[in-house]
Amino acid sequence: MPMRVIVIQFSGSTCDRDLVSAMKDVMGWEVDLVWYNNALKHLEGYDAIFLPGGFTYGDHLRAGIIAAYTPVMKKVKNLANEGLPVLGICNGFQILVESGLLPGALIGNDTLRFSCKWTNLRIETTRSAATNIANKGDIWRVPVAHGEGRYFLDEKGLKDLNENDQVVWRYVNDNGETTKVANPNGSIENIAGICNLEGNVVGLMPHPERATEAIISPWGSEHGKFFFQSLENYFGGR
Amino acid sequence: MTEKTISKDKINLTKEEKEAVYKAIKRDLTIPEAAMLEVMNSEHCSYKSSRPVLPKLPTKGPRVICGPGEDAGVVDIGDGLALVFKLESHNHPSALDPFNGAATGIGGIIRDILCMGARPIGLLDSFRLGGLSDPHTKWLLKWVTKGVGDYGNCVGIANAGGDIEFDPSFQINCLINVGCFGVMRKDELALSRATTPGNKLILLGGSTGRDGIGGASFASKNITEESESDRGAVQIGDPYMKKLIIEATLEAIKAGVVDGLKDLGAAGVTCSISETADAGGTGTEIKLENMRLRESDMEPWEILVSESQERMFFVVKPENVKKISEIFDKYELPYEILGEVTDTGKCVVKYNDQIIVDLPAHLLTKPPAADRKASYPKYLNKLNRKWLPKEPKTNELNDICRKIMASDNIISREWVYRQYDTEVGLHSTVKSGYGDAGVFRLSEFDSKKGVAVTFDGNSHQCYLDPYYGGAGVMMEACSNVAAVGAEPIAMTDCLNFGNPEHPQVFWTFEKVVEGLADASKALGIPCVGGNVSFYNHDEVNDVAVKPSPVIFVAGLLEDVTKAVNYSFKAPDEYIILIGETKAEIGGSEFAKVIHKSNNGQVPKVDFANAKTIISKVVNTIKSGLATACHDISKGGLFVALTEMAMNGDLGYEINLKRVPSETERVDIKLFSESYGRFLITAKAEDVEKIIAIFAEEEIPASFIGKVTKKKKLQIENSNNEILIDLPLNEIKQTWKMRMEEEMEGKK
Repeated sequence: MPMRVIVIQFSGSTCDRDLVSAMKDVMGWEVDLVWYNNALKHLEGYDAIFLPGGFTYGDHLRAGIIAAYTPVMKKVKNLANEGLPVLGICNGFQILVESGLLPGALIGNDTLRFSCKWTNLRIETTRSAATNIANKGDIWRVPVAHGEGRYFLDEKGLKDLNENDQVVWRYVNDNGETTKVANPNGSIENIAGICNLEGNVVGLMPHPERATEAIISPWGSEHGKFFFQSLENYFGGR
Repeated sequence: MTEKTISKDKINLTKEEKEAVYKAIKRDLTIPEAAMLEVMNSEHCSYKSSRPVLPKLPTKGPRVICGPGEDAGVVDIGDGLALVFKLESHNHPSALDPFNGAATGIGGIIRDILCMGARPIGLLDSFRLGGLSDPHTKWLLKWVTKGVGDYGNCVGIANAGGDIEFDPSFQINCLINVGCFGVMRKDELALSRATTPGNKLILLGGSTGRDGIGGASFASKNITEESESDRGAVQIGDPYMKKLIIEATLEAIKAGVVDGLKDLGAAGVTCSISETADAGGTGTEIKLENMRLRESDMEPWEILVSESQERMFFVVKPENVKKISEIFDKYELPYEILGEVTDTGKCVVKYNDQIIVDLPAHLLTKPPAADRKASYPKYLNKLNRKWLPKEPKTNELNDICRKIMASDNIISREWVYRQYDTEVGLHSTVKSGYGDAGVFRLSEFDSKKGVAVTFDGNSHQCYLDPYYGGAGVMMEACSNVAAVGAEPIAMTDCLNFGNPEHPQVFWTFEKVVEGLADASKALGIPCVGGNVSFYNHDEVNDVAVKPSPVIFVAGLLEDVTKAVNYSFKAPDEYIILIGETKAEIGGSEFAKVIHKSNNGQVPKVDFANAKTIISKVVNTIKSGLATACHDISKGGLFVALTEMAMNGDLGYEINLKRVPSETERVDIKLFSESYGRFLITAKAEDVEKIIAIFAEEEIPASFIGKVTKKKKLQIENSNNEILIDLPLNEIKQTWKMRMEEEMEGKK
């Protein structure tokens, strides 16, 4: 049976259709794209919930914060706490952080500029729902595109995050090293994505849905597929 | 009418324009009527100076569905699909407020595509600015980039490419042109027409405020010391609302409830109610009090000409109003019914039951053309076309190459395009910085095809030789598209010039259009739309911008997987040069940067062979024989080779003996910018096949060297003496980083 997932389309989401295309056309999943207010009543019965990238509410106030307070997010939180995989990409990650499902904050890039480029992501843990078919230390080539993607967390929080094995990806160079140049936004410790304690809620700034077909990658990368295959495996393994 | 009238002498129209107005209506105008006529008679809306010249451009072709006159050009690309594309200027607003000017330029061009019924999928931008090291230029570049980026990124439309030129003539009057393209099913074409009396007129989106009052009029005069007081003429954009308007509009079209559609750009509601009525052979009547206002004390004339952003105008059958309202409600977008279509041929505006405007629609949409004089510009007499530079010594060549690779118009534009989302939509297969044109696949529309898009311009050559400069821009844009493997199919233009009331400026306009037209005819490319921006003229110092046509050419790939970029792929591959190099050094980067000279012959387009060369290149790529292809343009052979090397992170070894050329001078072989030349790389076994393809039509094609693993740029002369020997990494570092260093204050 194919995976059955829902993509919540918020007011101002822009990567919703791309996510649907990657999961439906490339992965062969059943995908419902549902407007956020209609999703309130239709959130049950899916294998996973996706929060897509974009500029919800025009990034007004702070990226992701208004969407985090929509009624549908209350329901998403409950389902996440019950163990349902919830995955937030780019603006979706910002929404997860703003709604308290993941720790930390995403602030303006250190360059003060929007940055769209292909990055190398090193797998830091394989226990998350989105990396469990990878090996620790593997490198995925996946693009970023954001203006507010600099992950930040206080010292204590960062210590816990590392100790609890919640850092999922770090930006690295071609040799797998976490250098300043490899970091597109000044994220603390080059962090690109994290998960909650249980590993079912995952957020990342890079866009795996933009890296599932070689033809649209200048590197011929299809590494984004590993993200979705991991989720399939997460279910196979349960 | 009880509305206050305005006396004839206070109306800002020319004598001829006034005559046309009073002949038709035989009474005094109300204030709102005068404001509407003034803005519709502005150069920006009426094309009054350019209209007599533009018919020189060919507009017919088997693929053309909509040509000039609609909001955007529409061409048939097969598989039941149509490509919609348009290019427009936002020069004056950007000069004053670069962030909002550029952002609303993007907002406006997106609406032009949307209002034809297509989903906008790609954006392009073209900047013309003063010298890069100048602080004012840096300020402009920083904010126009952010304006284009913030708007396009937020609305979720990928950037597909663009071009930037730096030249002192743009110091005061920068030129900011933006383009957009979209794809739709042919049967979903929407037209800006109100065909049936009784249909409702609905305004969707943003409220109407004082921003952009008289924007079209402001764009139709020169920028002067007083222009700062026109800042209110610059519109403010809201890409978040635009994103919702795009989705709501497309959903309404899919639901079949849209009878006519028009975006609100220049001249605001005035333009919408008059153009839809005139195009549909009907009339329109609206109630002004139904408009949602941002400021409560706005005068009726201000409401009618406001260019507030993020508004769309729908013509809807009465029985479909409920259905379209439900779609707008889903997206939480405000809208109101303004009025309805009539059969009177007039635009009537009521305000609290008083008629304040009662004008024939055609009076607004078809103002008289202006009779402009043209005279040969004096500066052209000073140029020596026969000039050739003193031949450089061999030991000077490395440094000449270093200088050219680090010059304003050659260095990488990465600092700019990194700020644009080039990936969203999952369409882009050849991205900015990788190919001569952007390539977008059409899998979303169930097609294997791809579209290739490019912007091109060469203001300096158009200044030195308007006719051949104009022709060259067209040839170059088609070459860009061909170099990724796409057949060029149509073009749209944006013509940026100084004050058309100056005969010497107008002469250059006429000649550029003639050059464009002759090249378009030779290449078999129809013009499906355009935009003209005059008055880019610094009257204080009497400096007009250099004549700056910017051309948007669209191409089609039958199989998008066959597209190539220009990176060298593997060591030992062969490098083939197509086309003949001529002693055409006028207007080249070499003449400008190294010799600081305006003299010399500007490259001439070979009209007889242009189309053949383009189609041979396309066929070579289609057959899979080429591993990379790059057309030779600014900076000549040396720059084209080096760009291929830098992108592929591989070196080259070239011998100039084999360069097909009318001269043996090495500087001309290296830096001439003759048109119709391409570099193709191929595996050893395919070289003869490629050369044979071109030999069929006697087009010169010659193997000139090889790609090397060694990261060096090496060029020898006919005696096998090394002329150029440069480390790839050093050249690449400067080329790649200079703009960032300039912009981030590291220089």
